[in-house]
Amino acid sequence: MTLARVARFLGRRVLHSLVVLLGVLVVVFALVHLVPGDPVRIALGTRYTEEAYTALRAASGLDRPLAAQFFSYLGGAVTGDLGVSFRTGQPVAVTLLERLPATVSLAVVGLLVALLVALPAGIWSGLHEGRLSDAIVRVTSQAGVSVPDFWLGQLLILGVAVGLGLLPTSGYAALTEDPAHWARHVVLPGLTVGLVAAAIMTRYIRTAVLDVAHAGYVRTARSKGLPAAVVTRRHIVRNALIPILTITGIQLATILGGVVVVEVVFAWPGLGRLTYDAVASRDYALVQGAVLLVAALFLLVNLVVDVLYSLADPRIRLS
Amino acid sequence: MTQLTPGSPLPEDAVPGQPGGPSGVATAARPDEGPAARPAAGWRLLLDSPVNVVSAVVLLVVLVVALLGPALAPYAVNAVDVPAALQPPSGAHWFGTDDLGRDVLSRTLVATRVSLQVAVVAVAFALVVGVGAGIVSGYAGGWLDTVLMRLVDVMFAFPVMLLALAIVAVLGPGLTTTQLAIGIVYTPIFARVARASALSVRVEPFVQVSRTMGTGHALILRRHILPGIAGPVIVQTSLSVAFAILSEAALSFLGLGVQPPRPSWGRMLFDAQGFLSQAWWMAVFPGLAIFVTVLAFNLLGDGLRDVLDPRQRSLLRTRRLLRAHRRAGVRP
Repeated sequence: MTLARVARFLGRRVLHSLVVLLGVLVVVFALVHLVPGDPVRIALGTRYTEEAYTALRAASGLDRPLAAQFFSYLGGAVTGDLGVSFRTGQPVAVTLLERLPATVSLAVVGLLVALLVALPAGIWSGLHEGRLSDAIVRVTSQAGVSVPDFWLGQLLILGVAVGLGLLPTSGYAALTEDPAHWARHVVLPGLTVGLVAAAIMTRYIRTAVLDVAHAGYVRTARSKGLPAAVVTRRHIVRNALIPILTITGIQLATILGGVVVVEVVFAWPGLGRLTYDAVASRDYALVQGAVLLVAALFLLVNLVVDVLYSLADPRIRLS
Repeated sequence: MTQLTPGSPLPEDAVPGQPGGPSGVATAARPDEGPAARPAAGWRLLLDSPVNVVSAVVLLVVLVVALLGPALAPYAVNAVDVPAALQPPSGAHWFGTDDLGRDVLSRTLVATRVSLQVAVVAVAFALVVGVGAGIVSGYAGGWLDTVLMRLVDVMFAFPVMLLALAIVAVLGPGLTTTQLAIGIVYTPIFARVARASALSVRVEPFVQVSRTMGTGHALILRRHILPGIAGPVIVQTSLSVAFAILSEAALSFLGLGVQPPRPSWGRMLFDAQGFLSQAWWMAVFPGLAIFVTVLAFNLLGDGLRDVLDPRQRSLLRTRRLLRAHRRAGVRP
């Protein structure tokens, strides 16, 4: 019976994600049609010639009826065909896959930095509510939330790269090709992404710990005489880990979609930098593809997090 | 689906991402306990915290600078003086000069107005559209609620910056587009906050009774729903203005927001990017301006939540009482 319940929960959750994904697809498809004027003409700009216009219009399928265009976009997206770039003529999917590893590797480093900072800070602050150390953590995290990430990147460049001459300001090599080069270059953007994320995560982790610390079973554990360290470890931290898992997953998704400006600051050739270039050069097919990919990744991570959450905490699917 | 974007409320008492749970994290103030009932008490609680007072004073200064910007600036914003380019901070140029010899202090001061303007217009848009949709959704329920909330889900699936970028890609860069893009991006947050509050107020017995007695929808909306959602929406507004300033700075940094010759903090930081090794002041001061303004809005938003959230509020009152007792020499 419980198994059936789990299956029903999973089914409902997957269905919901698919519905949202379809909505995302509609919005992304509509993007190019909302461009005031003729998107092909705008995309061509100064390179406009009659032949180039006809060719690009046909290649992008914009000469066909709207419904036909939508279903062919939908069909293409399902099979991994996202059309061709307005600018380079390359398949959009290929370009996106080339850039994906850079963004994912940066996001993972950022998340690790965030966890290293936010886990101890958030748990400590939650366990010491109202004390001076709690106040310091809260103020620091509030400051971290208020810092523009690209400015933090610039400050790190100023301090670490320019001031101390320790690390390169920008550059990239794939992790698989030259790990040492990659590692030297990922530190500053990773810190930038990670510290901002840490500020947000610290607040949520603190809240998660506080919620558990005020729960009835914690009071019971204390009043039956368990040592404080045992209560903290076995009852508070372990139970708080469930919401912390959720927060971590959501933060990973948020970082994946939020690294645009940091990638520009550090000339990091990921999806964000690609999207920025595509917007600047009016390459609508590429903008569509990038937005669709990141939104889909975001939904996927959210789905995985929800499923893990429900597996870790049976109360969720029963309620 | 919850997104930890800089824009979603950062609740002190709610954990995000609980599947199947109610969307939105706002705690509705009961109308009879809301600030409308006892505004004076609310203000006293708000001003009781030095952090709130300092934030409010900082914001007041920022507002004055935004209004008087050009009058306060020692130099004209676009006065190019190439021989005086890249000078470090000095008596003549407190914040130094940029690569064209323009006074960084003057540009930072004048840019205040456009940053605040974009943020306020964008958030006003998000507030009106989002709260409207949220109330309709929460109050009407049924299929309309389902459709609107799926729409909100779809919008939440787009990362903030990416959605803003996509909108700018469609409409072209510029001031109006920036305001619209940021406004659209922050609309779903307001919709969720308003819906959650409207829902929780709708099921209150006094609203049910009022409905049974034949009170019209408009009156229920005005008398019960609106006061009920005011608290969470005010808090969300303060936090959203903070993050809208950050979004505008990011878009302008990318060259897609406020366009030159009009100075903006984000654009100034972009100009500084090429001179990081020569002129730290070009990056430090405009960034500080963003940081301080955003921090003040965030802290004030937090302070407002403490006061407007009934749970936090009773806690604050207790603390006040304890302090008063201690001062009077009473042992609690």
